[in-house]
Amino acid sequence: MSDQMTEGYITEDGRKIGGTLMEMKNITLRFGGVKAITDISFDIKEGEIRAIIGPNGAGKSSMLNVISGFYVPQEGEVWYKGAKRPQMKPYQVAQQGIARTFQNIALFEGMSVLDNVMTGRLNHMKTNMFQQAIWKGKAEKEEVENREVVEKIIDFLEIQSIRKTPVGRLPYGLKKRVELARALAVEPHLLLLDEPMAGMNVEEKEDMSRFILDVNDEFGTTIALIEHDMGVVMDLSDRVVVMDYGKKIGDGTPDEVRNNQDVIDAYLGVSHD
Amino acid sequence: MFYREAGDFKTTYADDNQTFPIKFDRYRYYAVLFFAFLIVPFVINDYWVNAVFMPFLIYSIAAIGLNILVGYCGQVSLGTGGFMAVGAYAVYKLMTAFPEVSIFIHILLAGGVTSLVGVAFGLPSLRIKGFYLAVATLAAQFFLVWLFNKVPWFYNYSASGQISAPERTVFGIAVTGPNTAAWATYLFCLIFVTICALIARNLTRGTTGRKWMAIRDMDIAAEIIGVDPLKSKLSAFAVSSFFIGVSGALFFSVYLGAVEVGEVFGINKSFLVLFMIIIGGLGSIFGSFAGAAFLVLLPVLLKNVLVGMLGWPTDLAAHLEFMIVGALIIIFLIAEPHGLAQLWRVAKEKLRLWPFPH
Ligand SMILES: Nc1ncnc2c1ncn2[C@@H]1O[C@H](COP(=O)(O)OP(=O)(O)OP(=O)(O)O)[C@@H](O)[C@H]1O
Ligand SMILES: [Mg+2]
Repeated sequence: MSDQMTEGYITEDGRKIGGTLMEMKNITLRFGGVKAITDISFDIKEGEIRAIIGPNGAGKSSMLNVISGFYVPQEGEVWYKGAKRPQMKPYQVAQQGIARTFQNIALFEGMSVLDNVMTGRLNHMKTNMFQQAIWKGKAEKEEVENREVVEKIIDFLEIQSIRKTPVGRLPYGLKKRVELARALAVEPHLLLLDEPMAGMNVEEKEDMSRFILDVNDEFGTTIALIEHDMGVVMDLSDRVVVMDYGKKIGDGTPDEVRNNQDVIDAYLGVSHD
Repeated sequence: MFYREAGDFKTTYADDNQTFPIKFDRYRYYAVLFFAFLIVPFVINDYWVNAVFMPFLIYSIAAIGLNILVGYCGQVSLGTGGFMAVGAYAVYKLMTAFPEVSIFIHILLAGGVTSLVGVAFGLPSLRIKGFYLAVATLAAQFFLVWLFNKVPWFYNYSASGQISAPERTVFGIAVTGPNTAAWATYLFCLIFVTICALIARNLTRGTTGRKWMAIRDMDIAAEIIGVDPLKSKLSAFAVSSFFIGVSGALFFSVYLGAVEVGEVFGINKSFLVLFMIIIGGLGSIFGSFAGAAFLVLLPVLLKNVLVGMLGWPTDLAAHLEFMIVGALIIIFLIAEPHGLAQLWRVAKEKLRLWPFPH
């Protein structure tokens, strides 16, 4: 284990994983008296699919919220691309190329699918408000260029037919997919997915798993995901962090984690769906 | 049959991004422009310009402005009257201080001044939302009216405390003052309306508009996708106030000619414009026009029918107007929050499929 913590490694299926992209160092997060995260450290390497698992209330979402700047930990440091990250607002984190989806879908309900996905391009669009007011010329050109990128993502996630539909009218499974599309439109270096398959049926889960693997494979995007379904986690992820009551109780490949006694006691032992 | 996109395929994304993607819509839009610029000026008279066209055009600009803030960006404002007053007083000060500069420039500058004031009063929006923001903008409304009443510098120390617009010309033709022609003031306002509507349309279909709508729909998600909420909200306040300032400047200088601030730009004005966008449709440029037209025409119509034809007393007709407007607002808020614009869309949807509804 220790040798793979410092540099890249080769996965079981032969993919090359690079150096450390993000490192969480001794993170502690409290809400008043409640300790949501206690002294947790782990890293995410370039190109890997990293899973965070744990029972309900373990602090998984809180950890993603620390990464994306919503929560400021009382202790600990976040390192990104080899530098210590100063305290940042969520939109600044986004501008660094970190995109995410939410456990409870957070789409723009009043906007069409296309507009929702186009918001993912915001930080790639450089024209100022005066150029946009005139539209002809720079603004229109930029809009079309970014629309082309977005259409590729829409094709990739197979949501062409609902392009112009207001998001509020879509069924749950499709909303999850649109939210992924919006995050992909950012062309992120690091993609955070908070329970991307929660509430889906088997078929939808299979589709989503395929998309996640394809994203990682085709674009080389580093992915950190939270998931409850152990089968899915074992299939998808290269390495797994296990949390329980805000503490880290395991970290390693799916096989290592599966055979870890603490993990079996705390998590795998209890019934889950 | 001819109103549909079937057979009207878009081959580029630029085409798909057009304001009116359906051919028939586009032609109707050109027809409206043609009619407004080349027919109306020749047939218009003083009654029509003062009772219908000028208030409609000027309120349309204010409604577009408020719609950007409320309908697109989701920030409630009850300060419209106050911001219109800023536009009016700014243009008055500019007109009297620099008489040699074109009134056209002055009106744009008045919009710019209002924009700055709007941004200043928009600052609290970062911290407060909804009802509380509405109260903060209400404070702006009262403060601004009070300020223009209290500080004589704003009304150039005139004895009456009123401001009145001196004559100014464009290409030698008077657009302000007592000796204006109906067609001239109409065209002057129409040019501003056209420019404002185009700017609003362009801003709302691109990145800026998507940022505003993202903030409106879910500010947390907007932040996570990279929208700076402060910048985005303030840009909505800036653009919105610019339009409202232009409309206030026109309302004073071209339409009324003389203004007593508390009477003209009081809280009633704020509500009137808000009602326009609620009835017309939140988040729709077309809806801003529809709402302005509706609330300008309704009293004219009621007065003509009830007072003119049925012989009702004027005050009774006025009361009825209040009741109708009030009832309509409740109906729209409950049954059709997207207003007249949505009714229009639904009608078009039906028409597009007609005569084969499946
Ligand atoms: N904003 C907050 N204020 C107060 N307590 C919070 C807040 N967010 C999370 N918590 C608490 O922190 C703990 C961890 O919550 P978190 O949402 O991170 O768990 P989780 O592992 O994502 O659980 P789940 O599987 O149910 O999504 C919980 O006890 C929760 O009540
Ligand atoms: Mg969670």
